[in-house]
Amino acid sequence: MTAIAWIDAALRGARPQAMAALLRNFRDLDLAEEAFQEACLRALRNWPSQGPPRDPAAWLIFVGRNAALDGVRRRRSERPLPPEEVLSNLEDAERSLAEQLDDATYRDDILRLLFICCDPELPATQQIALALRIVCGLSVKQIARAFLVGESAMEQRITRAKSRVAGAEVPFEPPGAVERAERVAAVATVIYLMFNEGYSATGSSAHVRASLCEEAIRLARLLLRLFPGDPEILGLTALLLLQHSRSAARLDPDGAIVLLEDQNRALWDRELVAEGIALLDKAMRHRHPGTYQLQAAIAAVHSRAAHAGDTDWPQIEVLYAGIERLEPSPVVSLNRAVAASKVRGPAAALEIVEPLAKELSGYFYFFGVRGALLLQLGRADEARVAFDRALALANSPAEAAHIRMQIDRLMKPND
Amino acid sequence: MLYAILCYDSEAAVGSWTKEQDAAAIAKLDVVQEKLAREGRLGPVARLMPTTAATTLRKGKETIVLDGPFAETKEALLGFFVVECASLEKAVETAKDLGRASSSTGSYEIRPLRLFRPGNLKT
Repeated sequence: MTAIAWIDAALRGARPQAMAALLRNFRDLDLAEEAFQEACLRALRNWPSQGPPRDPAAWLIFVGRNAALDGVRRRRSERPLPPEEVLSNLEDAERSLAEQLDDATYRDDILRLLFICCDPELPATQQIALALRIVCGLSVKQIARAFLVGESAMEQRITRAKSRVAGAEVPFEPPGAVERAERVAAVATVIYLMFNEGYSATGSSAHVRASLCEEAIRLARLLLRLFPGDPEILGLTALLLLQHSRSAARLDPDGAIVLLEDQNRALWDRELVAEGIALLDKAMRHRHPGTYQLQAAIAAVHSRAAHAGDTDWPQIEVLYAGIERLEPSPVVSLNRAVAASKVRGPAAALEIVEPLAKELSGYFYFFGVRGALLLQLGRADEARVAFDRALALANSPAEAAHIRMQIDRLMKPND
Repeated sequence: MLYAILCYDSEAAVGSWTKEQDAAAIAKLDVVQEKLAREGRLGPVARLMPTTAATTLRKGKETIVLDGPFAETKEALLGFFVVECASLEKAVETAKDLGRASSSTGSYEIRPLRLFRPGNLKT
């Protein structure tokens, strides 16, 4: 790896911690960002010749803080602080700072940094964009590309989101246990949504948007390092890893979605699968199930099946029933119906599907599933009506193609 | 003498490598390992999952099971090589070869092995 590449990786890795500490210091997002940028510039100047500091985050915080203070002093025409060429070798200064960072405050700092991006007043896409900009350090251009919008439009969105966040006072005292748990849950939701933004992409946009999945996984890992014993954060991280393990198999060369049962399982990333399952195993030891854990468990059932035919559908039905109990939703019930059809046949599944008609009258998957079940039961005319309705409800050509493919697939009897 | 060469680095930094960077780093390390293997000096090699996948058991009157690594450190143990080296000098040289190949920021800890059972696991 070239010097610039490892410095870049070190800066990216240290960013959340450094930004979080600088934010606590300055209590201002823009000032913190400026200080961090300045520290990065100095790192790029000094690290290649001096070698990396032992603790890059501590170095960046120290230098960023001094750079900002320097600016203040210069304005007051006082004497500047010693330059960072000297500082990087001042082990003591670094160590004392590093010790402070080991404190629990450091955990709450990073959580706060993540949390301010999750302002519920902001639309989800803006929360995601803000997190990508502030925590992950992606450029506006990169984020614009990931969201398939123009750079200036994204710039405006982020600026608006930032000023909104600056106005919302997030207290700097350490949060109480309940508040902390709420913050963790809010952050987890945004990470989940960020992943889905990237995951739902098809066609030519899929490759560009894959970066969203990778950033989401990085954030999930970060959150997990802060809360290593939180079963739902373990579950969330496991879920993202297991889903992402299939990324090479889930799109065909034209960028169309390949259904799970048709995927070439040899293309699944076994390292990610193994890590996802390891995290899920840890989560389950807590005997405190949650929806992320259950979703991850469903993903793991698929991961464990060497062939689609080996899938443990009874287990999947049980897991969907678990999600239904925790967070009842007609979409989850629909998913359980699909599992039930594999276990107990189309009639049993249709019994689950029919009562959902009213709530899911605008949901194209509902009609796709319903149509397939009707077809399996030999009720072809009713099936046709459901399929037509499904196609009319598809939101994009990719979705239409997807549902058509799903329909084609399910039209084969007893598959 | 057998030495374990333990690789430490910041997980945050290594976790920020792109897939391509990660593959490139591994490929470079493979070159060094091939050379060691040709010389008949290479024992087991392991790369560990991130510390988030770790579980720690604290022994005591009652064993306590904790999520996470044994210690919160700046640099985590990422993996290790077991290598036959005639001397510490040689071990240092080998670790330097590995270090030049990966050229990241971490460190290597060289620990002479006291007991070695290669086992019979298949990869």
